[in-house]
Amino acid sequence: MSATHFQLDAQGRLQHFLTIEGLTCRHLTEILDIAESLHGVAERRVKKLPTLHGKTVVNLFFEASTRTRTTFELAAKRLSADVLTLNIATSSAVKGESLLDTLRNIEAMQCDMFVVRHSQSGAAEFIARHVKPHIAVLNAGDGRHAHPTQAMLDVFTIRRHKPDFPSLRVAIVGDILHSRVARSLIHALSILGTGDIRVIAPRTLLPAQVENLGVRVFHHLPEGLRDVDVVVMLRLQRERMEGALLPSEQEFFQQYGLTEERLALAHPDAIVMHPGPINRGVEIDSRVADGPRSVILEQVTNGIAVRMAIMSITLGHHARPVGEEV
Amino acid sequence: MQIVIQGGRVIDPAHHIDTVADLFIADGKIAGLGQSPAGFIPEQVIDARHQVVCPGLIDLCARLREPGQEHKATIASETRAAAAGGITTLVCPPDTDPPIDEPSVIEWIRRRAKAAGQARVLTLGALTHRLRGERLAEMAALKEAGCVGVSDGGQPIGNSRVLRRALEYAATFDLTVFLTPLDPELSHGLAHEGQVATRMGLPGIPAAAETGRIARDLELVRDLGVRVHFGRLSSARSVELIIRARAEGLPVSADVAVHHLHLTEMDLVGFDSRCHVCPPLRSLRDKDALRAGLVSGAVSAICSDHQPHESDAKQAPFGDTEPGISGLDTLLGLSLRLTRDGVLPLTTVIERLTCGPARVLGLDRGHLGVGAMADVCVFDAEAEGLLESTMLRSRGQNSPFIGWALPGRVTQTLLEGRVVYAREG
Amino acid sequence: MRDAEFLIEAMAGQLRDLLTRRRIAEPALIGIHTGGVWVAERLHQRLGVTTPLGRLDISFYRDDFSRIGVNPQVRPSELPFDVDGRHLILIDDVLYTGRTVRAALNELFDYGRPASVLLAALVDRGGRELPIEAHVVGARLELPEGSHVQLTGPDPLQLLIQTAP
Repeated sequence: MSATHFQLDAQGRLQHFLTIEGLTCRHLTEILDIAESLHGVAERRVKKLPTLHGKTVVNLFFEASTRTRTTFELAAKRLSADVLTLNIATSSAVKGESLLDTLRNIEAMQCDMFVVRHSQSGAAEFIARHVKPHIAVLNAGDGRHAHPTQAMLDVFTIRRHKPDFPSLRVAIVGDILHSRVARSLIHALSILGTGDIRVIAPRTLLPAQVENLGVRVFHHLPEGLRDVDVVVMLRLQRERMEGALLPSEQEFFQQYGLTEERLALAHPDAIVMHPGPINRGVEIDSRVADGPRSVILEQVTNGIAVRMAIMSITLGHHARPVGEEV
Repeated sequence: MQIVIQGGRVIDPAHHIDTVADLFIADGKIAGLGQSPAGFIPEQVIDARHQVVCPGLIDLCARLREPGQEHKATIASETRAAAAGGITTLVCPPDTDPPIDEPSVIEWIRRRAKAAGQARVLTLGALTHRLRGERLAEMAALKEAGCVGVSDGGQPIGNSRVLRRALEYAATFDLTVFLTPLDPELSHGLAHEGQVATRMGLPGIPAAAETGRIARDLELVRDLGVRVHFGRLSSARSVELIIRARAEGLPVSADVAVHHLHLTEMDLVGFDSRCHVCPPLRSLRDKDALRAGLVSGAVSAICSDHQPHESDAKQAPFGDTEPGISGLDTLLGLSLRLTRDGVLPLTTVIERLTCGPARVLGLDRGHLGVGAMADVCVFDAEAEGLLESTMLRSRGQNSPFIGWALPGRVTQTLLEGRVVYAREG
Repeated sequence: MRDAEFLIEAMAGQLRDLLTRRRIAEPALIGIHTGGVWVAERLHQRLGVTTPLGRLDISFYRDDFSRIGVNPQVRPSELPFDVDGRHLILIDDVLYTGRTVRAALNELFDYGRPASVLLAALVDRGGRELPIEAHVVGARLELPEGSHVQLTGPDPLQLLIQTAP
């Protein structure tokens, strides 16, 4: 059984959100439309909806993260859920305890949703396969595998600026090899029918046979950026320098860093995205990151609505038997 | 004790025998085939009609987890599983804890196996002290203590200078060296480097991690003339390298783990940790090439690469699980599936499970010639059933083959003329 | 099938009287998706209200989420005016159990504190489960349980009534 089918129930509805791969355009569009309805909530006096009132959401972070954790927390709170965040990476209490033991313990606290981040690919699916059936599992990033909510907020942001995916040219630049963001985004873009998806990176930062994901591969940044409508810069983790993948940050920036001059090669209306946190001067020049074409902060804002949408969709599909109404 | 195995189809590939005949056993040895030896009075008659009678299987790589990891399995538990699977000889690599780098460990394992009395357990000594790849192990002493070869124990020696000297030293004492062809620096991954690993976000292990090592090791063999056996080939190009080396007359051989003949990278989809193995499951093309290598004889033996685990070892996200498949229970069934699938004739399958591995070991085993040790496996080749987890006799329940239809049902296993397994009912 | 336009005309008359009595000069109209918005658009025009029309989708406020989940057709709520201190007219197509109105009131109060809220419904079919009544109603129907009343639109606006056997 593949993850693709595992996250859907018998009616083909999302009961977990583990990966974009294998979802249909209908699934993605529904998420985007619902997120659009939720987008305005932040501008109201009471930035809260009663939808998940009485539900408990547990953030299980086995890997450190500030931004993703915060936006998931905020999303759950805006839906009136109770939220508990466990930073297991730093919690000494669970050392020596197996992942399943940890799960059983938290499960015993009567929760309804796990938001999972883990350094191992497949961890979210593993957890989804082992939790009680009434619990929905959201993948907040597993190893190099998937970061599906990030991909959804990226395509949500793109759609708000450029709604016609078939006519779009999108370039993803940087460390594709280690990037779960890139993998999920490539799947989301291709499911939405994006006309031209490009990846731009040196060969050391590209996974084997990446072109099989339906992307065009470029090694030369100026060539790859030509006429694109969207540029997605990926974060280059500093520890990659030690793995002999790149000679230096300076050379990486010279070859693959996004500057105003290089952005000029893209379409005049092109938008610039970055999943954050940014390494200024490594993958992106500050003038671009803070410039008029940057939608990086918009991405952060949109992340909340998109995660609210995904939370309410998946939890809504864990309907309890009739008679147990709230 | 005199036993006759009556009416079975006797397949003894070493002697090119495939005939329906009675097999006579006396005093733990083969006493005759077809005609009753003079003065033979059977004390036990085994009815083998409609069944195959062949030499007991020899498994070139089985981890019994003892000493050191008794929470996973023991020599007693695993030799019992071997007997039920028709396997009479197991070769145990030296990566036990403590490793097999001194004679006392060999002696200890021998005593444990003897006490269990279910299968013969042969040992490979360590090439280097503590398997650390730094200092040579006392190979002469290990040989005297009874090891049938020396090995890196699945932990390839990184330092080429140390490896070259270890090979030279082993050759001094006429020891066959069993190497794991895997470049340690290129094998930090979890899956075959390719499409599937890319999609799943699993760090890849390129085929070159294996072929690069084999190519280098073959050059050392060419220089030194040492006998080297490469364990667990996983890629197509490795088979090509072995074919070429053997054609050039280099004293090398190779085996393949039976799961590499049936599974590919595609079986990882869904992050099935039971398919987490090292070397990794590779492409369909690689699987086909391994099968072809088995057909041509470039690959001399099929082994189980048995690695039993406790359930916790596999109950975690893929990358946090321990690699390995519990394989003793399925070695024969999966090998016979090759015959059923039309890949290999039955006699060849049996050859690769008996005298093929015996030749690698340089032992006069794996055949049914008069005077040979009476290690015999009797199985019903026609029987086929779905494998259920309750049918696994190994302590390790980590098999991805649960639910597979496996042909062949072992009915009797004899070790040195003694019945160590008899199927009930 | 009935034409809804003449019912709306009647509602507009009642609303005009009510607003005069209550001395509300500049109310804001809010339609509840989907049928309520159609009715509200027409009332907005007939009453000549200048404040732009508000639209409310109460999907996230429903009390049956645990049973049926999120409505995938949900649309954004838009209230293009400040709710605080304003006189509001909430408009729906069919008033039945009262749960939709309850959800709508909850949502409204998350935008601010209105001066007052009037409720207008095209059809009141009875069957209330909550203490909610409309100030203005286009038509009252007595229907057996299991019947369906549905407004189709937006043009023409027609009431479909399926009576249970």
